[in-house]
Amino acid sequence: MGKKLLLQYDHIPGIQSYDVYRKNNGYASVEKALKTMAPDAVTEEVKKSGLRGRGGAGFPTGMKWGFLAKPPGVARYLVCNADESEPGTFKDRYLMERLPHLLIEGMITSSYALGANTSFIYIRGEYFYITHILNKAIDEAYQNGWLGKNILGTDYSLDLYVHVGAGAYICGEETALLESLEGKRGNPRIKPPFPAIAGLYGCPTVVNNVETITAVVPIINDGGEEYAKIGIGKSTGTKLISASGHINKPGVYEIEMGVPVEEFIYSDEYCGGIWNGKKLKAVVAGGSSVPILPAELILRTVNGEPRLMSYESLADGGFATGTMLGSGGFIVMDETTSIVKNLWNFTRFYHHESCGQCSPCREGTGWMEKILHRLLEGQGKMSDVDLLWDIQSKIEGKTICPLGDAAAWPVASAIRHFRAEFEAMVKHVEPVQKSSKIVA
Amino acid sequence: MNSTMSTKDIKFSDSSMDYVQRLIKRYPEGKHKSALIPILHVAQAEFDGWLSSDVMDYVASILKIQSVEVYEVASFYSMFNLKPIGKCHIEVCRTSSCWLRGAEDIIQHLENRLKIKVGETTPDGMFTLKTVECLGSCGTAPMMQVGTDFFENLTKEKTDNLLQRFSNENKRRTYCDQPETRTS
Repeated sequence: MGKKLLLQYDHIPGIQSYDVYRKNNGYASVEKALKTMAPDAVTEEVKKSGLRGRGGAGFPTGMKWGFLAKPPGVARYLVCNADESEPGTFKDRYLMERLPHLLIEGMITSSYALGANTSFIYIRGEYFYITHILNKAIDEAYQNGWLGKNILGTDYSLDLYVHVGAGAYICGEETALLESLEGKRGNPRIKPPFPAIAGLYGCPTVVNNVETITAVVPIINDGGEEYAKIGIGKSTGTKLISASGHINKPGVYEIEMGVPVEEFIYSDEYCGGIWNGKKLKAVVAGGSSVPILPAELILRTVNGEPRLMSYESLADGGFATGTMLGSGGFIVMDETTSIVKNLWNFTRFYHHESCGQCSPCREGTGWMEKILHRLLEGQGKMSDVDLLWDIQSKIEGKTICPLGDAAAWPVASAIRHFRAEFEAMVKHVEPVQKSSKIVA
Repeated sequence: MNSTMSTKDIKFSDSSMDYVQRLIKRYPEGKHKSALIPILHVAQAEFDGWLSSDVMDYVASILKIQSVEVYEVASFYSMFNLKPIGKCHIEVCRTSSCWLRGAEDIIQHLENRLKIKVGETTPDGMFTLKTVECLGSCGTAPMMQVGTDFFENLTKEKTDNLLQRFSNENKRRTYCDQPETRTS
């Protein structure tokens, strides 16, 4: 059984409540940080840990914190990105629902490191019921002196608020999130300037994912070097994987970085193998945005080495034969899955969620959805496959934010690895049953 | 289904207005527009589950911003209803893992049971059926959201039981309700 850092107390009854959480080493990192460490020392530990952003981009967290501008007299903000909307991803929901105090503790310790005196948890609107859970925990934290003025009798004060969204995947992109937090449409901003220089209300801001913030707690409690001992290469520590699709045991699993993918899929400790006695066909390993891989390439790299659950190993081979760890939204597909129909499902999602600012994304996602729909209805042409390839190549890298790339990569990878399936659909003219479900 | 409220009837209850004012105070001086989306949720819950232009104008007046600043936000975010909605707004996830694990069957089943198509409302105003994108329940798929609550690991039988329960309760389910225990 791998080491558990985030979920080590998950099984304890009542761990959502302050009293039980406190009894189980809760808020120890706040005590340690505020009483014995300077803010920069906290950032140093996070740098040493090798922690990388757990939302999907995997950017080194300590480095991100180090970029934060600190002009005197200007407010700084820490914003937790709880907008979790990447298809296949549900680990942040799990963390916030079951361990709200872990997130709050991480927010306090991290806000202290960054010199933020007001911090926000931006949570997607559909998780409204979780706002009640978080607000209750925040109330308990205030009542017990972990939030508010002069925490633990130090100079440090912090106010923490839950800010609810209203349904927009694009608000998971950090600058769109900040626009939304400011009460506007979620249109991403051009970077630079980066939020570390000019973010919320134009002030220096760090935006971090829920899981990233919670990881700060064991990093400060045990030290960054201890955290870095777990994992492999530049993939240190543990990661929450949201496993779903055609497996026997869907759910959230905390793994040590470096677990073999084959073990993750087939072991009873994790996914428990493919359901209904079926065979594995394909996996989308890190949320719908990352390239899809056929079974042989998800289990082994193109060089025949076992693929591991880590940033480096999953990316081995680039997009030609590899993928990305991304958000860890691990979607498993069995032999009965239509790759073309799955792609249409994803493409419809991106078209729906495009904010509309950039023509390649706004128009391109719509065109790709229509072409895929045409293919599924039996009206496709052989040239449609090349047309899809052409459109996605004209979106990738040509937009203000990565949603364009996220829409392009599934199309490119599906054609790259499963072209024959597209061509078969054109040749055999197998229309999907016409129904209202197909209509976008 | 038209709103029967006239503009002068649109006013938050005292407790809602108290909450709205507390929301506004969270944000720095001059940045109260940040409270817009949270306030729109309160307004939607209070005024029949949707945002008419009169309601949006009212919210604009509270925040002292232009009406168009409210319209442009309300029209961007998928959770805001700009048309009247049934008492139970059934939102079935249609993305990715829910689709892989049978969401289409549940959607078809709901269409058959309610005798409406996705996007429509039953003639008695009780149910509106929509499909939505990933709700973060991929491990407990297929599922649907009705108001605040998630109903997961759906089967046709569970779905029928839930429809019966909602009919019996006969009350509007909004996002701002206190949550009940999950039923999955």
